[in-house]
Amino acid sequence: MTRLIAALFGFFAAIGRVPIGLFAAIGRVAIFAWRTISRGLAPPYYPGRFLEQLASIGWFSLPVVGMTAIFTGAALAQQVYTGGSRFNAQSTVPAIVTFGMVRELGPVLVGLMVAGRVASAMAAEIGTMRVTEQLDAMETLRTDPFRYLIAPRLFAAVLALPAMVLIADSIGLFGGYMLSIGKLGFNPSNYLHTTRQFLEMDDVVMSLVKAAVFGFFIALLGCYNGYATQGGAAGVGRSTTDAVVSTFILILLSDLLITVMVFT
Amino acid sequence: MNGDPKIEMRDVAKAFGTNEVLRGVNLTIHSGESVAIIGGSGTGKSVTLKCILGLLQPDRGEILVDGVDVTRMGGRELEKQRAKFGMLFQGGALFDSLPVWRNVTFGITQGRARDAARMRKVAAENLERVGLDSKILNLRPSELSGGMQKRVALARAIAPRPEIIFFDEPTTGLDPIRADVINDLIVSLVEDLGVTALTITHDMASARKIAHRVAMLYEGRIIWHGPRDRLYDSGNPYVDQFVQGRADGPIR
Ligand SMILES: Nc1ncnc2c1ncn2[C@@H]1O[C@H](COP(=O)(O)OP(=O)(O)OP(=O)(O)O)[C@@H](O)[C@H]1O
Ligand SMILES: [Mg+2]
Repeated sequence: MTRLIAALFGFFAAIGRVPIGLFAAIGRVAIFAWRTISRGLAPPYYPGRFLEQLASIGWFSLPVVGMTAIFTGAALAQQVYTGGSRFNAQSTVPAIVTFGMVRELGPVLVGLMVAGRVASAMAAEIGTMRVTEQLDAMETLRTDPFRYLIAPRLFAAVLALPAMVLIADSIGLFGGYMLSIGKLGFNPSNYLHTTRQFLEMDDVVMSLVKAAVFGFFIALLGCYNGYATQGGAAGVGRSTTDAVVSTFILILLSDLLITVMVFT
Repeated sequence: MNGDPKIEMRDVAKAFGTNEVLRGVNLTIHSGESVAIIGGSGTGKSVTLKCILGLLQPDRGEILVDGVDVTRMGGRELEKQRAKFGMLFQGGALFDSLPVWRNVTFGITQGRARDAARMRKVAAENLERVGLDSKILNLRPSELSGGMQKRVALARAIAPRPEIIFFDEPTTGLDPIRADVINDLIVSLVEDLGVTALTITHDMASARKIAHRVAMLYEGRIIWHGPRDRLYDSGNPYVDQFVQGRADGPIR
């Protein structure tokens, strides 16, 4: 009997640990974010680091983001056309491609692609610096890793993501347009006219806001996981995985929250 | 040596989980003095240095640097305190994304890219002090041999001309001749520039050459310290076993 009670107790304790662990982790990440922002806004500043990060997050992600956007835009057009033809709604292609791309797919796809590329790289780089004591060395040389390494990454990501989403939205719409004209037989000027009709400024702004939020999470979790790395090469591997998985979850979750809050 | 205490550790304890590494370290280092710490692998020698630098927070005790407790310091205050220190990390800890010259001058520029021409000159001068050629200025740390990395790290530690320098195994991994160049450098830093030095070493010849005083760390405490001439007749069975490198004795 006592064994059973002990087992039950252990069971509930184990379940209880999950939310407690989660809250503790959220608290640590929030403190980390606060530290990054408050220290990053105070001098000394590192504009060189910031530009470097802008290039590595934004510029070098463009090929993969562009490709993703054009293929997805075209595939979306085809799906809407095929699906819509069941109830004679093929003409909704430009409208749905516009909504879908700008409101949802543009930001989410860019977010996920850049998360895969950048959050992992940040976690691996900063994690390696942690386990080889480069972060300790930096502190003893009176340089704050939050100002030198982390803040430039965070600020660059928040700025780069909206720009990339703007590009991805455009390329995605273009992909849908190309397929609709080339394969589905739409009239070019009608298609463009409808697209313009359904392309709302508010949607574009929301798209950019989502992008900035995703950029924040990408850099925050990439850097946080790298900074908190423990234990050698295996630790760096774990941090990299954790960075990507947690960023993916946060991007999808925050996308849902923003969407539900704004578009109802 | 002018006798003022530069660093005072009082009853410093540090544990990692259940692993009690330091259990009450007491050690005083005077201004202009050179002290060597010896002790077995994993006894907490590196942890001791990191506690003094404020990289690790001791669980108990105080560490006074120039009479001020550094264990409760944070932020700008700690950063200012660190201007006094130079540190050679055991593994070098060079920034692998930066070329050698920017590594060496990092403590001067705080990572900002400025005054490149002058900084390259400063880097070359400091490399020369550790016996390295200025040909390697533009190389990345990964393109250097292990011994060269160690010496670049040493150049980086001394470049800002700190008043206190910690050397974590400065001669490990160097050939005997290069090792002696480093010994001479440490001696000249202390004798000519009045630097206060704290060196961790497993190299008894080096300890006897560079240090005024030697301290032995065992089971989380300083169990013996004395002038370097007494290292081989300390009268302490632990020190005897350690310096003679015998497998049998009180240390298991
Ligand atoms: N950041 C850390 N987290 C957990 N444990 C640590 C950490 N740093 C050191 N330790 C533990 O503290 C103990 C002492 O480590 P330390 O690096 O000080 O040894 P050491 O005396 O310098 O040894 P060596 O001569 O081999 O360099 C070891 O058992 C190590 O596992
Ligand atoms: Mg060590």
